[in-house]
Amino acid sequence: MAYGVSGWREPTLAENLARAGVARRDFLKYCGELAAIFTVGGLAVAGTAGPAAAATTPVPGDLIAEKLGAVKKPSVVWLQLQECTGCMESTLRSGGTTVEDAVLNLLSVNYNELVMAAAGEAANKALDDTNAEPHILVVNGSIPTKDGGIYCTIGGKSAEQVLRESAKNASAILAVGACAVWGSVQASKPNPTGAVGVDEIITDKPVINVSGCPPIGEVITATIAYILTHDDLPKTDSEGRPLFAYDQRIHDACSRRAHYDAGEYVRTFDDEGARNGWCLYEMGCKGPSTFSACPVIKWNLGASWPIGSGHPCIGCTEKQFFDRFTPFYQTLPNVTGLGIEASAEKVGWGLVGATVAGVGIHAGVTALRLASSRRASEGSEPLQAFGDSERVWLPTPKRRVADPSGTGDAPTATEVAETPHVKDADASGEAE
Amino acid sequence: MAQRVVIDPLTRIEGHLRIELESEGGKISKAWSETTQFRGIETIVTGRDPRDAWAFVQRICGVCTSVHAIASINAVENAIGANPPEQALLIRDMVLASQEVQDHVIHFYHLHAMDWVNVPSAATADPAKAVAFAQAIGSTWKGNTLERMTAVRDTVQGILDSGQLTIFTGGYWDHADYRLPPEANLMAVAHYLDALEFQRSMIRIGTVFGGKNPHPNFLVGGMACTIDPNKSESINQVQTDEIADWIAESVEFVQTCYVPDALAIVGVYKDYFDIGAAQPNFLAVGMAGATFAGDPNNARVVSAHTEVKPGLLLGGDYATVHPFDPTKVEEWVSSAWYSYDAGDVGLTPDKGETTVHYTGPTPPYEWLGDNDKYTWCKAPRYDGMPIQVGPVARVLLAYAQGHARTKEIVDGAAKTLGIRLSQLNSTAGRTLARAVECLTSAEILAQTTFPTFVKNLKSGDLDVFDATHWDPESWPAESSGYSFVEVARGNLSHWVTIEHGKVARYQAVVPTTWLAGGRDASGHQGPYEESLAGNGKHPLADPKQPLEPLRTIHSFDPCMSCAVHVLDPDGVELQTVAS
Repeated sequence: MAYGVSGWREPTLAENLARAGVARRDFLKYCGELAAIFTVGGLAVAGTAGPAAAATTPVPGDLIAEKLGAVKKPSVVWLQLQECTGCMESTLRSGGTTVEDAVLNLLSVNYNELVMAAAGEAANKALDDTNAEPHILVVNGSIPTKDGGIYCTIGGKSAEQVLRESAKNASAILAVGACAVWGSVQASKPNPTGAVGVDEIITDKPVINVSGCPPIGEVITATIAYILTHDDLPKTDSEGRPLFAYDQRIHDACSRRAHYDAGEYVRTFDDEGARNGWCLYEMGCKGPSTFSACPVIKWNLGASWPIGSGHPCIGCTEKQFFDRFTPFYQTLPNVTGLGIEASAEKVGWGLVGATVAGVGIHAGVTALRLASSRRASEGSEPLQAFGDSERVWLPTPKRRVADPSGTGDAPTATEVAETPHVKDADASGEAE
Repeated sequence: MAQRVVIDPLTRIEGHLRIELESEGGKISKAWSETTQFRGIETIVTGRDPRDAWAFVQRICGVCTSVHAIASINAVENAIGANPPEQALLIRDMVLASQEVQDHVIHFYHLHAMDWVNVPSAATADPAKAVAFAQAIGSTWKGNTLERMTAVRDTVQGILDSGQLTIFTGGYWDHADYRLPPEANLMAVAHYLDALEFQRSMIRIGTVFGGKNPHPNFLVGGMACTIDPNKSESINQVQTDEIADWIAESVEFVQTCYVPDALAIVGVYKDYFDIGAAQPNFLAVGMAGATFAGDPNNARVVSAHTEVKPGLLLGGDYATVHPFDPTKVEEWVSSAWYSYDAGDVGLTPDKGETTVHYTGPTPPYEWLGDNDKYTWCKAPRYDGMPIQVGPVARVLLAYAQGHARTKEIVDGAAKTLGIRLSQLNSTAGRTLARAVECLTSAEILAQTTFPTFVKNLKSGDLDVFDATHWDPESWPAESSGYSFVEVARGNLSHWVTIEHGKVARYQAVVPTTWLAGGRDASGHQGPYEESLAGNGKHPLADPKQPLEPLRTIHSFDPCMSCAVHVLDPDGVELQTVAS
């Protein structure tokens, strides 16, 4: 994907569009559409209204055109909160839109602690200046909420304060990586610092959840490129994950799937089956319950991918996989998680059922409408069945909670029932 | 009047580091190294299946990805008595070596270079002169072409023209101490971009064996990737050919690009061989990649550079190698937000405690220094002494033991630069040592580790997994193990106790902890602090543009997520003592 420097030679978006031959009326039409989206999604255009007001007050398209036309190359604040920098490293390894493309040609990444030149006061000024204008916000890392935020401070501020300040004027928010999405390893039991994901803190705007520990580099950069290319947030599943990378289970596209169907399993690492590339299900593979495009995109310029290199999938794109998918080497229905109240059998069925239901969840809910519906449905989330929740969700693939937002975008029971993946539930059951 | 200076966030590092300084008359008089993130991963590992532990602790850090996983697996294998086959060990060595080469390259170009290289200045350079400059410093890198230099200059110009400086926003570009000519800056920016492309390519060694990078997969007892020259679903000739190419690329890049660039830059900033000295005590268990499952004096599992033994150099004596006694390692919490039951004492890793005792201000805050406690990072000491670990420690130790290739490169560089060996204890010295080590690591990978793997493959040695110790039933009811590994940033050890098939206690002693820790009970500063405020001579010309301390701190290659290795050895839930 090539974004020439010349595309952003002019200072403002309007001038750049004119240079690229985009007609003024097309731009206005686009802004009119944006106005509709902003109204629905509760997005604020900087300087026009606060988030709460924007949710109810329509923003006129011509006002957006005026504001947006004056917008410069998209500015980005890329925060790193409580995390390990693995997500930035993964971004550095992206071979699609490369990090050079993203940082030099496509965006103005005014704040990212790993790569920025400035430090201290100068860095904080870059952050404050960018926060004051509309920008894309990318977040790596979780937010430790215990004890007044003492467990992660940046520039003397708590991670939560830093996040809130950057989210205020953000026109799109991407939570990148398992930490930013759900808290990941530090949120695992006993979660000593009270770590949570971005959408636990930022509840008035949609958050695109690019999950994975880390996510594939290409998926990270493609999510940003998607927004710029489509002028819209990507469609997501009920967990806020972009469908283009999370609409199928690893199991669906696994190169070892034929062996699963044929009952050819690796029984011990490095046995004859392992050398023949047989299915890793019995070695604890979480591919059947993990939504990710790993087998399709693969890793590091297509060099390999986890199952391709003989190790079972550990399910790192799924919620709290460190608690819910461990012990990693136990076969799926036996996964108990830590401190679980319910019996292993129930949870096993919960896992399988959630997998089945998960297929139905991927029905193309738009991110904008999703944010509210996801929150409203809290408590009936099927994925709670995975772990230590006391509300073990025993799924019946024929019934799913009706769309609480009333927008009609949630998957229907029929969609779930019709999916061919239901058969896997049986297969998993038999395997036990 | 002393002026207070806060550098937070200290950028271009892994994680969150805050440096507070007092400066007077352009010199730093006091320094506090403050780690501002805490996660408590070791606590989380407690009670888990020890075969899973590697995946948890690997997430301590995604920059030095793999290293904690490898340290963990060695410690667990040491505890349960597993014997991974030689081919599995060689695979781990290859992954570790490729990680280290990539890490050093990323550090030099992407985290450190902008301390020395003025990016906007590159737009004013004559591309032909940049090519000539590269030739003059002995860089034979294939990217040194007129077309490439012209394109990079245009890219920089385009960014400046747009008025949006992206990651260069707010850089100290008008600081008087950027000394390189425009053509050198242009060459360096071109190599910055080339290095990005290079690292994307060469880290695939880890991907072939571990399936992804960052955070490849590992396995207690061996590796999960099978090898068989006659099977399409195992690692065969196709992958070994690719790996051979990537290793050759690595040697080429390090030799023709990184090392000449590093030499040229420290040559221009030669006064930095007299700036940034920390305590002249150095610890390493061997050269980069040295790995021990158990006692570092007799449990070596790594294949390369076995001639260099564990040891210490103490008190500025660079010739006498002292034996390493792991029981002399103690950690202090005098300046860290924890408390020990026995008070302000040092505890050995196997007796360590972690009770959070936060006494700092509620955020947002302005100043932490002057308080007794000001960081989440403990302060390790060896026999009571602050210690430097990392490339400089390993290079000095190898030199002291007469390692021929290290001596050859170091002596050559010292002659060119006109410096003494002792001057490696400095800002420029640490940066130079990292380049030296990167070259010896790439070379040993190409000359020994990979060829040995291929030779074994040829002779039919295909086993990668010890299945006899996989089942927890085969383990002792109670056991403990530990490992030492020389990773990119220095000496790393993991310590595990397993009881009835579960992790009962877990601990990591991490390179950056050695370096970034604060003051101990005797008032000794940590190495970061000493390097800035040890002699009152460290420059800081403009407190608004703290370029000079950034150079010195970056020369250590900080990895703050690693540094805070908080654990609870008794498996008791962490307690927070309100204050």
